[in-house]
Amino acid sequence: MDPYLLEAAINGLLLAGVLALLALGLNLIFGVIDVVWIAYADLVMCGMYTVYWLFAQFGWPLPIAFAAAILEVAALGVLVHLLIIAPILSSAPINQLLATGGLLYFLQSFATLIFSTDFRNIGLRLPIIEIGGLYISYARLLAFAVALAGAVVLYWFLRRTYVGTAIRAIAQDREIVGLMGVDQRRIYLVTSAIGGALAGLGACLLALQYDVHPFIGNTFGPLIFMICVLGGLGNMIGGFIAAFVISQIIAIGGYYFSTELSYVLAFTLFIVLMFIRPQGILGR
Amino acid sequence: MNARGMAAIAGLVVLAALPVVTPAYFLHLLIQILLWGFIYTAWSMMGRFGLVSLGHGAFMGIGAYVPALLWNYFAVTPWLGIPFGIVLSALLGLVIGYPCFRLKVVGHYFALVTLALGQVVLLSIVAARDITGGSLGMTPRSIGHSWYALQFPDKIYFYAIALLAWLLGLAVWRWIDRGIGREALEAISDDEEAAAAIGIDVTREKLRVTIISAALTALGGALFGQYLMYLNPETVSGIAVSLQIVFAAIAGGMYAMLGPTMGSLLTISLTEGLRVWFGANFVGAANAIYGVLLVLFVIFMPRGILGWLLTARPRKRPDAAPAE
Repeated sequence: MDPYLLEAAINGLLLAGVLALLALGLNLIFGVIDVVWIAYADLVMCGMYTVYWLFAQFGWPLPIAFAAAILEVAALGVLVHLLIIAPILSSAPINQLLATGGLLYFLQSFATLIFSTDFRNIGLRLPIIEIGGLYISYARLLAFAVALAGAVVLYWFLRRTYVGTAIRAIAQDREIVGLMGVDQRRIYLVTSAIGGALAGLGACLLALQYDVHPFIGNTFGPLIFMICVLGGLGNMIGGFIAAFVISQIIAIGGYYFSTELSYVLAFTLFIVLMFIRPQGILGR
Repeated sequence: MNARGMAAIAGLVVLAALPVVTPAYFLHLLIQILLWGFIYTAWSMMGRFGLVSLGHGAFMGIGAYVPALLWNYFAVTPWLGIPFGIVLSALLGLVIGYPCFRLKVVGHYFALVTLALGQVVLLSIVAARDITGGSLGMTPRSIGHSWYALQFPDKIYFYAIALLAWLLGLAVWRWIDRGIGREALEAISDDEEAAAAIGIDVTREKLRVTIISAALTALGGALFGQYLMYLNPETVSGIAVSLQIVFAAIAGGMYAMLGPTMGSLLTISLTEGLRVWFGANFVGAANAIYGVLLVLFVIFMPRGILGWLLTARPRKRPDAAPAE
């Protein structure tokens, strides 16, 4: 087998971890609050700028910059819910999607205004590891491992804690849960904070590998939506499989054709799959 | 003749006379307002019935690129190239719409499918960089003033063309509004199951407006390409364009005939006003303000400005939200 092809496939796998993590955050919000945050990837962009600013400009230690970015985006998530979603919670889902579309516009333009359209890199060079003639970036390996760990922690939280159980219960039946003594508004806030925190974590992992610019959300935002929907609502395993399939198409397609064509392939696959399996790959 | 008809005629006379009195810069703005107003009207033909598309950039892109490519590489006149682009765009609307409507992909799922469609067209244009110039964009080969090439350095011609296109959009709107299809579509957007139960062919009705909307949007894209003489994948097919269409239509009010035009007038005035006021460096500010306004409009004024102004009149549909 061609070592470059194998390298492309491995890099695709490593990217899948981060994409799956982000899709998980979106999935949680989609499943529990039943809204699509179309600006989710732009919250990630905010987190990446925070990491860049604190680490590369102010010289904070990386772990603290990471923690700050996660907290910041979690807070943003809560704000999004309070300011945008809560006032129109009972209106048609498409209205909530459009309102967060306004947020997308705002965040991208605001970032352009403040940071200009320059590409910024946190300037951290992590080593490249050689395994049997294959060169694999340490940053990607780390991102994959952390994304997996994040997913496991989330799984544990949803399965083993009271709040996690309440979140899963709301995703199943929001009418009955109220009768069981669960405060819906609080659960929505917690869910938004977790969704935001996952976006923040994703931002940290992406900041290790990519330059940040105001429109970075446009490049992988649509991918996250595809993975989230393809994986099926409330289905974590499905999300990982979808992330894997999509990122392999992009990595291997990029190797054989060009990056854009591989994206075209992935988006076309998404459209076709929406027709034949709208409930997701592993959906019920 | 009633007061409404008189007002319409007076408005037309003013619009026809405007280029005589306005300087070139304002003429440029007027052309943009009319062309965007036309595209927003085309989008709203779907949007008002709950078919919220986040991928109209796809139709604009096809409409703009097909005639330009045919002209540059095969010297085919835009008089043939533009209809060809429109047909392709309508076909794409059919290919995407039919399975969507047949399989009941609605609401935000429909929005996400159209979002993906916009990306497919955008990235295909970029990927075909050998012939389209990729993200650097392309320029239709210029031959000066020519009816054959539909190129007019004098803006007055494009003003007339934009005005005609806009009127065409309004005429189509009126035709849909007057036809039996409107009631069927309103029933569908209220309750699809119930509409099907009383014998409305849901797929057919939705497909019809989708194809009309796709075709008109392609025409709008083509006219923009001919007017600006420069095409760029991001500015005809990007996510930002698709969202801009949605925003302006909502802000103006997508349930009233002149609502989308109102949206075009508002957004372009706002952009230009901010640009003149603060200078070109501050161009991001206009978009940031749009973003905030869009959020506020969806929350407080889902019927748009014109819809809000018209609520004093007897309503046709009470408190319609963009979709159910």
